[in-house]
Amino acid sequence: MAEKAKIDERFKKFGTVSFTSLTKTNDFVDFLEKGQIAGTRCKDCGRVFFPPRADCFQCLASNTEWFEVTGSGRLVSFSKLEYGPAGFQNDVPYCIALLDYGTFKIFGRISRDVPEADIAVGMPMKAIANTLPNGQLNYVFVKE
Amino acid sequence: MSRVAIIGVGQSEFVRAYPGSVRELAFEGFRDAMRDARLTVKDVQASVICSAPEYDKQRSPAGVFAEYLGLNPQPTFYVESLCSSSSMGLRLAYSLVKSGLHEVVAVIGFQKMSEISSAESQERMGRGADIQWESPFGTMMPAYYAMYARAHMAAYGTTLEDLALIRVKAATYGQLNDKAVYRKPVTLENLTHPEDRMAGPVASPLRVGDCCANADGSSCVIVASEEKAKAFCRKPVWVLGLGAATTSVNLAGRDLFTGLSVAREASRQAYKMAGIGPKDVDVAEVHDCFTIAEMMAYEDLGFAGPGEGRDLIRGKATYKEGSIPVNVDGGLLSKGHPIGATGGSQIRTVVLQLRGEAGAIQVKDPEIGLVHNIGGVGLYGNVSIFGR
Repeated sequence: MAEKAKIDERFKKFGTVSFTSLTKTNDFVDFLEKGQIAGTRCKDCGRVFFPPRADCFQCLASNTEWFEVTGSGRLVSFSKLEYGPAGFQNDVPYCIALLDYGTFKIFGRISRDVPEADIAVGMPMKAIANTLPNGQLNYVFVKE
Repeated sequence: MSRVAIIGVGQSEFVRAYPGSVRELAFEGFRDAMRDARLTVKDVQASVICSAPEYDKQRSPAGVFAEYLGLNPQPTFYVESLCSSSSMGLRLAYSLVKSGLHEVVAVIGFQKMSEISSAESQERMGRGADIQWESPFGTMMPAYYAMYARAHMAAYGTTLEDLALIRVKAATYGQLNDKAVYRKPVTLENLTHPEDRMAGPVASPLRVGDCCANADGSSCVIVASEEKAKAFCRKPVWVLGLGAATTSVNLAGRDLFTGLSVAREASRQAYKMAGIGPKDVDVAEVHDCFTIAEMMAYEDLGFAGPGEGRDLIRGKATYKEGSIPVNVDGGLLSKGHPIGATGGSQIRTVVLQLRGEAGAIQVKDPEIGLVHNIGGVGLYGNVSIFGR
């Protein structure tokens, strides 16, 4: 009897609470574990995707490859949450934010290590891989 | 080309916790609109039921409501685009009538948000965003709009006081609306005094007073062909223009953070279809789920140039007596925001205005009215233009 195929649920490890377990971009979690943040690129047309996706709507193909996010971006905007949704109450307060890397943008959180008074729209920041207190993985933005 | 009309409008009172089931809640808005249109259930050829899912236990509410409202065996449709569901429902009803498939269609929006806790509802609302790549960071609707507020302030020097002025205006009219959940006055001091509840932080820079309240409610809009409208209705209000647009759910996929691209695109479509421009609008209902949302709407709809929305509120141009009255029914901020019912309630206000039946909030002799209804954080945008 054939062995039952193992379900690949790596994406359950992404974020304080992950709402997705099955995705073709599961490798993203492996990159995070190695301390890397990765996006995808369509090998046919060169279009860059962040957040990463497995499929290119332009080519109607699923021929993508991973690339590592390097360098820094500019802070587009941010907000400090005083209340969290269900499952995030123990995290507050925290800042969600958006960085513009030029050819793509990254949505995430600002590191707790950055004092709020130092945060300003337009400042350079970079995304780094991060392990949360509950063992889950995400990425956070730190000062460049 | 034959026209499409609104021949009846209605809504329930918007309340903190409706003491009944969702089908009973839907009945309240439906009854109000059917009485307004002086119709019987036999006159309605189809229903469109609109809400955001997951706030109540009922699956596939359309079929359940159709029976409860006496609309069997007519067909029913379920339409969902988060907070703009009932404007999208209007778009469907318009298409059904325009195609000749049905002549009279009831668009019923509803939401009963009180069945779950506030934290649970925030989690569900957050899941109206990108659940794979954003929600794991702990997102909430106020925080997303707060990011737009921060970007608007950084780009144009918009202030927290400007945003507070929008809340003060909403409360000015919310006090006059017997369907509103929040009928108390709000002063500028309420939002600026650090010890006032209204000034409490939610998601910086937005405060409690910058956010609309969750509410339970229902609304109903009866849409009819020109022939039926003339037969049934003394004062039909005509659908002159409809616009609808979408964009990336993840903020990472967007380029504009000082306005909503969907509102700009939907208004462009609606103005073009109606053959009018922003200066022709006499009264407007905009989606002020947060104060910053109304500020951006002024600019996205062309009532003000980019960054100049604050001049409208500072000069009271958007008050009832101003050059472009906006949300003189209290808006979402004071009336409350029962997701699926909101668009229908906005349409109701504009229709009553155009019929000259808006009572204490009546704007002087309006001929053209506009409804701006947004789903999610600018994920869906609907702009609808109406005329007498």
